[in-house]
Amino acid sequence: MIWAYLYNIVFYASCGVTVLATILMISRHNAVHALLYLIISSLSLAIIFYLLGAAFAAALEVIVYAGAVMILFVFVVMMLNQGQRSAAHEAAWLPARGWILPSVLAAILLSLLLIGMYSDQPLQPYGVHGVAVKDVGIALFGPYVLVVELSSFLLLSGLIGAFHIARKMPSHMSSNELEEVDHG
Amino acid sequence: MDSQYIDHAMVLAGILFCLGLVGVMVRRNLLFMMISIEVMLNAAGLAFIAAGSAWGQPEGQIMFLAVITLGAAEVAVGLGLTLLLFRHHNSVNVDQLNQLRG
Repeated sequence: MIWAYLYNIVFYASCGVTVLATILMISRHNAVHALLYLIISSLSLAIIFYLLGAAFAAALEVIVYAGAVMILFVFVVMMLNQGQRSAAHEAAWLPARGWILPSVLAAILLSLLLIGMYSDQPLQPYGVHGVAVKDVGIALFGPYVLVVELSSFLLLSGLIGAFHIARKMPSHMSSNELEEVDHG
Repeated sequence: MDSQYIDHAMVLAGILFCLGLVGVMVRRNLLFMMISIEVMLNAAGLAFIAAGSAWGQPEGQIMFLAVITLGAAEVAVGLGLTLLLFRHHNSVNVDQLNQLRG
């Protein structure tokens, strides 16, 4: 039956891309290359979520991981820029081989996406029960409303904590140095 | 109820979690350790999604929402600590943290 065959191809190809991208990610020396592979890993994981019947979770995976979290990492990589040495290192790594493998993996993901878009029926095999967004929303704001409240606490404390920790001290001095200046 | 895809998604979640754990253990750069922690959180989310799909219940996706909220808060605070470490030691090598003093 051609239908189950197609689902098999998309599912196991996504699994393979995820594992391969993750292995390549943890073995990179360059932080930006690792982030490229992390994006590929998140995207293929989103395809797997979709195939498991969780379309809402797939969209969130793309928006939050491949979008928001990745922007945070890129900003920190920019702020950790170590000047000339880092630039020379980048120049040594810039040749195309750094981009070939992520491009191949992303092309596989794109072909899987096209297969999913142009197939006649939704990709849903026997034994996998899709959960509609409506059911998730009803459960989330019904019996699980405490999870929403705890998440808002967590995000607010994370925001305040990150702002306080990463704040720049005035005039490039740590608080200890400022105290010493005051006492001296 | 039993589907090979659910089983294999669970196996994939286990593989991803082990890869993230290996990444946390072998890397000494704080940035790479945080990326590996993100992979481990992804694996936990995949396990929740697969279990929710196996039973056809929305609880799996609700726990996935909780997991990505936790991941976002964790990465914000963790990257702030990374910046602080870089500002004090001019390096993001966690081995330099063996001299913690006030």
